[in-house]
Amino acid sequence: MQTYKKFLLAAAASLVFSASAMAAETLKMGIEAAYPPFNNKDASGNVVGFDKDIGDALCAKMKVECSVVTSDWDGIIPALNAKKFDFLISSLSITEERKQAVDFTEPYYSNKLQFIAPKATTDFSTDKAYLSGKTIGAQRATLAGTWLDDRNMEDDYNIKVTLYDTQENAYLDLLSGRVDAILADKYVQYEWLKSKDGAAFEFKGDPVVESDKIGIAVRKGDDELRTKLNAALKEIVADGTYKKINDKYFPFSIY
Amino acid sequence: MNWEVIIKWLPKLAQGATLTLELVAIAVIAGLLLAIPLGIARSSRLWYVRALPYAYIFFFRGTPLLVQLFLVYYGLAQFDAVRSSSLWPYLRDPFWCATATMTLHTAAYIAEILRGAIQAIPRGEIEAARALGMSRPKALFYIILPRAARIGLPAYSNEVILMLKASALASTVTLLELTGMARTIIARTYLPVEIFFAAGMFYLLMAFVLVQGFKQLERWLRVDACQGR
Amino acid sequence: MMIDLYGFGPALAAGALMTVKLALSALCLGLVLGLLGALAKTSPYKPLQWLGGTYSTLVRGVPELLWVLLIYFGTVNLMRALGEYFGNPDLSLNAFAAGVIALGLCFGAYATEVFRGAILAIPKGHREAGVALGLSKWRIFTRLIMPQMWRIALPGLGNLFMILMKDTALVSVIGLEEIMRHAQIGVTVSKQPFTFYMVAAFMYLGLTVLAMIGMHFLERRAARGFARSTQ
Repeated sequence: MQTYKKFLLAAAASLVFSASAMAAETLKMGIEAAYPPFNNKDASGNVVGFDKDIGDALCAKMKVECSVVTSDWDGIIPALNAKKFDFLISSLSITEERKQAVDFTEPYYSNKLQFIAPKATTDFSTDKAYLSGKTIGAQRATLAGTWLDDRNMEDDYNIKVTLYDTQENAYLDLLSGRVDAILADKYVQYEWLKSKDGAAFEFKGDPVVESDKIGIAVRKGDDELRTKLNAALKEIVADGTYKKINDKYFPFSIY
Repeated sequence: MNWEVIIKWLPKLAQGATLTLELVAIAVIAGLLLAIPLGIARSSRLWYVRALPYAYIFFFRGTPLLVQLFLVYYGLAQFDAVRSSSLWPYLRDPFWCATATMTLHTAAYIAEILRGAIQAIPRGEIEAARALGMSRPKALFYIILPRAARIGLPAYSNEVILMLKASALASTVTLLELTGMARTIIARTYLPVEIFFAAGMFYLLMAFVLVQGFKQLERWLRVDACQGR
Repeated sequence: MMIDLYGFGPALAAGALMTVKLALSALCLGLVLGLLGALAKTSPYKPLQWLGGTYSTLVRGVPELLWVLLIYFGTVNLMRALGEYFGNPDLSLNAFAAGVIALGLCFGAYATEVFRGAILAIPKGHREAGVALGLSKWRIFTRLIMPQMWRIALPGLGNLFMILMKDTALVSVIGLEEIMRHAQIGVTVSKQPFTFYMVAAFMYLGLTVLAMIGMHFLERRAARGFARSTQ
């Protein structure tokens, strides 16, 4: 009977450990890590990117230890509210819909939404007549995805919207020709267009959203952390830390 | 529980459920057609006839459907040869990628069910058919396959339910079937419990209807009266 | 022997380890749930029968992917309430725990049916013999029913474990870094989806073969003392 006892003990142990709580000694920052150059993973599995560098700089200013928790994009806001991490610094646009779920700091950079399409597409335009009937890719649960959905729902466009779990998968489908164009953050696509894969593509049309403010999200009512983050953000902008990080990624200011 | 939100998005979820049913219907019917030659070859007495279906079944049963789906959807598109082939108009469409992968996947399982069923037919019945002067193909079509269909039907109905659930994976290749639709709605409402709960109810309902349907079919085919002994 | 794979070889190997850990933890939880479910379903008490039946029907009718998503994102309030009760308001499930619970739950629902079939397959006379010898209920269960049930249930459980191993890939959706997630990260860098997903496929095949070998030995051990039934 020894085997059964051992087996039951092991089973009971697994139950206890799997439900063990996570201690909140250090601050945990939530990052998607699939959105270069803002956040992604290098070959050894470390999270790198603009968001991560800004997060680290803020933590240094707040004099706290920070660890990184990754989450898939779809569930990144639920994960913040589920206390999987304490603040979310993952190129999250400040929107009215999201403000109902979380609180935002001051923006730490601002963004534009712009289409990219193959260079061979010469007649591209962002008006209804052109976009209707086209297949446009975007990441699920992003401002770009919502913008496309809204055009269909509010302005009776007829765009075939394809939503991806990650931005990378959207690029793969642009490369394979499954989608005619992608709508996403300008700076993210700027980085990709510079890469070998992006060589055959370019920005098309004017940005459809001009002032997309990107903020750090905290749980609703967590004003203490929000105030601290805001103060730290002001400091790193003032003392040049922000500019150093900015220049590491972009030859122009994105603040 | 926020019932208003559930009710508001119910039509969208129903739309997703329709796509789910389409995916499953195509996959299990095409899968059955593909599985018949596979299953027959798999139960052959000649090793070189058995080998190929064995390898096929081993690969598709030994790897996760998610991996197979990504291989077909993202993997194949990596090759220029595929993108310039005449199959590309189908392979570029996530719907066809998902149905093709699900068909290949379920065919492997159905082939195994069929093999089990063929091997469960009492030897004497096949010998009797041959003794009556039936040719091998005739015995296959008039005795072995109808017999195997009845023996394998309960297992096949199980497989259909499994595919209903497996179809949720199609959401990872941009299809807005029930799970994909639920995830997209949650991206707007941030109410995972309500929306997933509603989606779960849809799945339960569909599974229930399918199970009842197969029960009727089994009664009609008198499956219990001719189970292999 | 691992090829370099753009530097992602070691990461994929670590992912395989995570997959195994996840599968084994879910197996432990699932076996306990399955055993409880089967006992409830075969008990003489109606409410218990109903409970066991509802559990296995409900869980088996909903996709595994939905369970994974629901348990990861949907248990926030529940965990918070539990946490407050235990004086730790930050209680929450990480991806691993959520994966173990979701996969264990699904495994348990199917295992309920396997165990129930095995319990019913044990001849009534054995239990009656136990009663006649004056053994307690607990003794009858642990000494008479369990060892026999184990042997009968093993092939069915083996099949379920293979399915469980493949279902671990679903947990990549909530960000757990197992084989599939690492393959996806590799694709991001290399733009070689076919290569990476093929490698992932063969890693799962390897794990399945290992599990099959393990099952073979377990079955041989459980069947010792029994003559192979011949037609």
